[in-house]
Amino acid sequence: MSDFKALSEAISKGDINTAVSETRQALDAGTSAQDILDNGLIATMNEVGDRFSSGLIFVPQMLRSAKAMQECTKLLKPYFQEGDVVSKGKVLMGTVRGDLHDIGKNLVSMMMEGAGFTIVDLGVDVPPEHFVEKTKEVKPDIVGMSALLSTTMPAMADTVDALQAAGIRKKVKIMIGGAPVTEKYAQKIGADSYASDAGSAVTRAKELLGIS
Amino acid sequence: MIIVGEKINTSRKSVEDAVRNRDAAFIAGLAREQAEAGAHYIDVNAGTFLEEELDCLCWLTETVQKEVALPLCLDSPNAEALSEAMKVHKGEPLVNSISLEEDRLRLLLPVITRQPCSVVALCMARTAMPITTEERVEVGSELVTKLTSEGFPREKIYVDPLIHPVSVNTNMGIAALGAIRRIMDDFPGVNTICGLSNISFGLPERRLTNRNFLALCIGYGLSAVILDPTDRQLMATLLTVQMLLGRDEYCADFIDAYQSGRISA
Repeated sequence: MSDFKALSEAISKGDINTAVSETRQALDAGTSAQDILDNGLIATMNEVGDRFSSGLIFVPQMLRSAKAMQECTKLLKPYFQEGDVVSKGKVLMGTVRGDLHDIGKNLVSMMMEGAGFTIVDLGVDVPPEHFVEKTKEVKPDIVGMSALLSTTMPAMADTVDALQAAGIRKKVKIMIGGAPVTEKYAQKIGADSYASDAGSAVTRAKELLGIS
Repeated sequence: MIIVGEKINTSRKSVEDAVRNRDAAFIAGLAREQAEAGAHYIDVNAGTFLEEELDCLCWLTETVQKEVALPLCLDSPNAEALSEAMKVHKGEPLVNSISLEEDRLRLLLPVITRQPCSVVALCMARTAMPITTEERVEVGSELVTKLTSEGFPREKIYVDPLIHPVSVNTNMGIAALGAIRRIMDDFPGVNTICGLSNISFGLPERRLTNRNFLALCIGYGLSAVILDPTDRQLMATLLTVQMLLGRDEYCADFIDAYQSGRISA
């Protein structure tokens, strides 16, 4: 395993230029894309995520580090071989029907990507039918739903029901979040998990899929 | 400056418990202390109760108005809850809020035109959140035009430019501030309003950011604000800024506040 100290530091600081150049250097030296991804990028973002969850760093730092990692993963893409484990799992994300809020969803998506998940983001105001259609198409491991208004939360229940009616409820794990959402509500509507913020969303997602 | 007291919100644990247990004394206490601290409207929000929101909002309206002779700011995205609360409200409420979001506009318009009230017009568009000043002004202008065509005088329209956290995009402060100034210039007589907590989401020392944002908002022309009037530092900032903008003859309010112990550096 290679030493990714400089890369790690650059990611932690959100120094995109250094992170990208370190990644390029590692690739040129023959380091495998898998090694760089797992031990350089994901390992660092896990630390960043932990620091964010414990309140040592804040949203802007987390965003900056996530951006640095995104730029590095772009470089790695063409180097991945058939059979490489590129992703910890696929997550379909969306803000529910009638709701336009996306900050929380975007933060969760960024943290999950940093942890090695692949995100398919459906955006905002996503009706249940669209969640169902995309679940069939994308075949995610997790469906993540966000709502920020008490009036749009019922769309979460509708989406769970729609997946049930389409016969694909058991094929995915459903996770929900958003300011008015609670653990109790998640249980009530038959979701598999609830996360109160972007940090714990990653932990919950790993729990749901039984991975570390 | 018009002050809307924000404390009676069930997203605060103590308020949620009081509403669940119908603890009228507790709610009355919050209403009274905000009124005494200078609130012109008392905001009531029971959004965390979901299906029971309607009943809770009506109970809050009646409970608060038994204690203080002030109009309320009825705060909910649920048109039905707002409608029922307006029926039990004495005098003219401030309805918080309407926007260009399709369902909200369609369901709320008949409710706010049915009886005299003022309304908060939130700059939220149909399909996406505005990001720039221009996008906010576009939505805000459409709302003001729509509401005036429905018979609302400008003074009864409170445009909320939509406050987003600077932690996510550092232009979000100036985007909102610019929108406030533009709306106030384009529609003389209209009111503008906002809350102070969204701006600091995701950052430490939120109270510091919130109260400096208040100062900037006032400087850019904000005419009404939703805040905690019992927050002495916040109110001291408000008072000081009003004086700095030439709105306090002989600095009387400022000195009065100082002499009553309401201001310290």
